Amino acid sequence: KVLNVIFTVNLTHLKMIEDSAPLFIREQALNPKPQGGFNFENWHRNERLQNEFRAKGISSNLPKVMLTGTTICGCVYKDGVVLGADTRATGGSEVADKNCEKIGYIAPNIYCGGAGTAGDTFQMKKLVSSQLDLLRLSTGTQSRVVTANTILKQQLFKHQGHISAALIVGGVDCTGPHLYNIYPHGSSNKVPFCTMGSGSLAAISVMESTYKPDMTEEEAVEMAKEAILSGIFNDLGSGSNCDITIIRCSGEVTRTRGFEKPNDTKLLRDKIRHPKELVVPSGSTKVLESSFLKYIDVQDVTAPEPMMI
Amino acid sequence: LASDVMTVQQKLELQTSMYKLQEHRDMKPSVFNNMLSSFLYARRFGPYFVEPLVAGLEGPDNKPFISGQDLLGASVFTDDFVVCGTSEQELFGTCESFFKPNLEPDELFETIAQCMLAAVDRDCLAGWGGVVHILTPEK
Repeated sequence: KVLNVIFTVNLTHLKMIEDSAPLFIREQALNPKPQGGFNFENWHRNERLQNEFRAKGISSNLPKVMLTGTTICGCVYKDGVVLGADTRATGGSEVADKNCEKIGYIAPNIYCGGAGTAGDTFQMKKLVSSQLDLLRLSTGTQSRVVTANTILKQQLFKHQGHISAALIVGGVDCTGPHLYNIYPHGSSNKVPFCTMGSGSLAAISVMESTYKPDMTEEEAVEMAKEAILSGIFNDLGSGSNCDITIIRCSGEVTRTRGFEKPNDTKLLRDKIRHPKELVVPSGSTKVLESSFLKYIDVQDVTAPEPMMI
Repeated sequence: LASDVMTVQQKLELQTSMYKLQEHRDMKPSVFNNMLSSFLYARRFGPYFVEPLVAGLEGPDNKPFISGQDLLGASVFTDDFVVCGTSEQELFGTCESFFKPNLEPDELFETIAQCMLAAVDRDCLAGWGGVVHILTPEK
């Protein structure tokens, strides 16, 4: 009888392990060497969890993904490229970040705005930025915008749209100013002006009516700013401030965070802080136990000098 | 997910210890934030169900650094406050009202404790007090 019991217990234990993930993924998890690329060890467990929650009717409080609701736009003018973006990041229906930076650095002459899942856009920009860095080191030439476009396209197509990142890549290289927009499934277009994100419809209407070829810098910046503002005010997923990045043919880049702040609440807040009721009096919280430890130990260490060849 | 919180904590402890052994110094909060971000994004398709907050003092002048991340590692850098959890919405409300910049450590402790208690009182899934960690240059 005792042997029987042990046998049964062992079998169910093995079955549980088998259900969690296939053998090759479990072995990957035990592998001490870190590997590049995506790690799928938790995928089976998560699927099982979500199915179980759905089957039992439990509304799970699993964390939500942060989306950059977004309006991003770009346009090519006579001497370069202007990129504009709003600064709101949403998680569900609430604002997760009131001032997030959506236009990211790719190369000294290439910048990229991203809409979609925040994590995906940031990581795609980081990925293409580091790949272009290595390319620049190995070729010794300035990065081209079309290179960034191709790398991003191929990466997004490889993941069949599951990496939800819609990007506008703009920059200036030896062949002139270029602007590409890239959709999450891996298609891209070379365009003189474009908008992406949930506020793209509001923004594209402004751009379609005011765009003309060979604009001056002031006209282009004004157009991008108006497009983003229309996205901010007419789309719920976009809001807060407008960021502008100007990449000129001369090589000069101007990044302005908060180019226009139509939703600045600072003045209002400063007025509100005056009532005494909002100051918490000291001693109002009952402390059950407290402990203090010194943890910072500052040591001056001289940085080692790089070796000169 | 409680088990994911523990797993992520242990894996991060491994990373910080390895860093400390290799570089002979502590990891800066912003570096830790980036490391955590990459760690969570590596499991983009099969993520850990955690919403981490990072807080620390950065640099020789001990500038405060806070950031919050979603489950994929997308960071939010602010200079006022970050919140997460089941009473996220309530915490947004209390923190927006009570937060003031440039508070003393004791005042900040009172403020954050009251914000927390007020918010979790309105949430069945969270509550029963809290733990406050105050980081200052002295202790």
